[in-house]
Amino acid sequence: MLNKLQSLCGRREKLADRKWRMKIINVCFIFLLNYYCSTIMDISSWDGTISSSDFSLATRTFADKWKRLDHTFPPWSWVACTKQPWVASHEVQGYLSLENICLLGLSEEDHAEGSRTEEETGCSKEEEPIDTATLVQSFGREVHFYDFHIVYSTSYRVPVLYFRAYCSGIMEIEVTYGVSKNECIARKHSNMGGQPLVLDEIEKDLPACSAKVLLESKWTFITLEEHPYLNRPWYKIHPCGTSEWMKLLFLGDSALAKHGVAMKHYLVSWFSVVGQVVGLRIPFEMLNDSN
Amino acid sequence: MLMEAQKYVWEGAIPLQIHLHESEVTTFPPPPPALILAPRIGYLPLLIGLIKPYFSSALPPGVDTVWFDYKGLPLRWYIPTGVLFDLLCGEPERPWNLTVHFRGYPANILIPCEGEDAVKWSFINSLKEAAYIINGNCKNVMNMSQSDQVELWRSVMNGNLEAYQRVSSKLKLGTVEDEYAIKMNLSSVKSQQGTGETEATGQVKTGRIPIRLYVCSLSEDFDDLEDVPKIDIWDKISFINRPVEIHKEEGKYFTLHDAIKAILPEFFSEKTLMESPSQGGEDKMNFPSEDVSGRKAEEEENVCEVLETSCTSKAEIRLIRIQGIEPKLEIPFSWVVNNLINPDHFLHICVYVKVPNLNTT
Repeated sequence: MLNKLQSLCGRREKLADRKWRMKIINVCFIFLLNYYCSTIMDISSWDGTISSSDFSLATRTFADKWKRLDHTFPPWSWVACTKQPWVASHEVQGYLSLENICLLGLSEEDHAEGSRTEEETGCSKEEEPIDTATLVQSFGREVHFYDFHIVYSTSYRVPVLYFRAYCSGIMEIEVTYGVSKNECIARKHSNMGGQPLVLDEIEKDLPACSAKVLLESKWTFITLEEHPYLNRPWYKIHPCGTSEWMKLLFLGDSALAKHGVAMKHYLVSWFSVVGQVVGLRIPFEMLNDSN
Repeated sequence: MLMEAQKYVWEGAIPLQIHLHESEVTTFPPPPPALILAPRIGYLPLLIGLIKPYFSSALPPGVDTVWFDYKGLPLRWYIPTGVLFDLLCGEPERPWNLTVHFRGYPANILIPCEGEDAVKWSFINSLKEAAYIINGNCKNVMNMSQSDQVELWRSVMNGNLEAYQRVSSKLKLGTVEDEYAIKMNLSSVKSQQGTGETEATGQVKTGRIPIRLYVCSLSEDFDDLEDVPKIDIWDKISFINRPVEIHKEEGKYFTLHDAIKAILPEFFSEKTLMESPSQGGEDKMNFPSEDVSGRKAEEEENVCEVLETSCTSKAEIRLIRIQGIEPKLEIPFSWVVNNLINPDHFLHICVYVKVPNLNTT
């Protein structure tokens, strides 16, 4: 293709000025770049998966859009990993990360509003001093922080959402400030400080529909597994059904049926579903945005 | 078809000598260690029922949350016991001295284990992952009937290979065509395994093989496996989950060497195979069965040969171990897959890598 174009340029050499020629080559380059960088799949034969190189491109598209169109959350950042230096170098090594997200009582009145970041709400500081009994019983009102990572699964060939939740260290500070002088509580918090919350506690932060699915399929919906890069237990939304519902999602879109699936938009569509499981919604503009 | 090596794998067991952690001993004298034979394909939490009676009278009051450690390293319960042994004991230690804890579960570094159900589902999820790699979906595993699911799990717990094969054949996880077996049937008189294997090759062929690779990187030098430094944190081990695609070339086997090279290309230069490829085919073919059936599956007296690897890369592979065996790299990979996989349909491979010490300049 490039050859053809160059010979075309060559024939016109005499007529065209240098600028024109550069322009042709530029257009050609951009075309090729788009062609190779962002695979377009024919929807009828597509199996709903994404290759590892398309995944890393899709993460960039996703993170850019998020930064441009979502103003309630901090931006996602790419964490490159060199932990496995011997693995074939064409493989993705790293993940997208969004950390320290405060999900506060999502299942209650804040539901519609979604979640808010720490900076925005300052929730921890405004928290009323509470006594032993209420603190222990109402985890829903406690401040939970979430870390989200999007990691590529080479087995399932789809993105996987990993997350963990913890009680912020801020709660411990409260304790030391004498909100409660009860020793028992103080110990409880220091215990929880560095430890991940268990699923029973996380469940209360999840939207009602997720909690229901969780109840029905305890072992196969959200599982606790080793984070592939961090070697620590993290929750993940099990990816065994992802390729199938991604295909359904894309099949329902007539424009895609006509023009094929642009893999660089994969992650946006994927997150529009998976994000909701944990109560993270993406703005509509992100789905319609074609840039 | 019942493959002989697979039978050895299923029968393989590791003698454990389990000590109660000293902080949990409340009696004098302390309880003697428990001696238990642990199946290679099993999981440590499945032994709790057997171990508990030994120690229950010595325990302090409280709720039991059982976990194990080896030389201070908390053991991941969802890794098959045989793989843990291959990975953590450079020189196989028999009996294998483990410490059991009934209190103080280290939940921040170890995934909690809620009893046998957790182990079962970890197994099923692994099987599902393997099915997805092989078939591109995991419908067969997800649609398994309740009774098949129970039977499959029971067969793994009891090490009943025949029952396992009865159920797992329904999952259509067709093993790869065994090039080795075909050659054997063609070239030699029928092997002594008997009548059942004539329809052996008629299975679904798939290209992608589920592999879990455990790469243990050691900076200290060691000449002998006895000198392998102890692994005290999991961070020394990289877990690599990468399916390998079997590429067939006319007149050539896809070997174990080819498979490992596909995942860890950095270690292999052009001229890697340590024995010349022109070696007689007869020798090669005899190797696998001789190696496995000639001695028990988990006997590995042979000190590993230093695998010749890339001269240019400074890190080098020192040991490759699968099901307690240190196989030669020129074995047909299909043989390895068909015989040495775990019941979760993953091939678990342990690799020791010597990395250059960064302090030396």
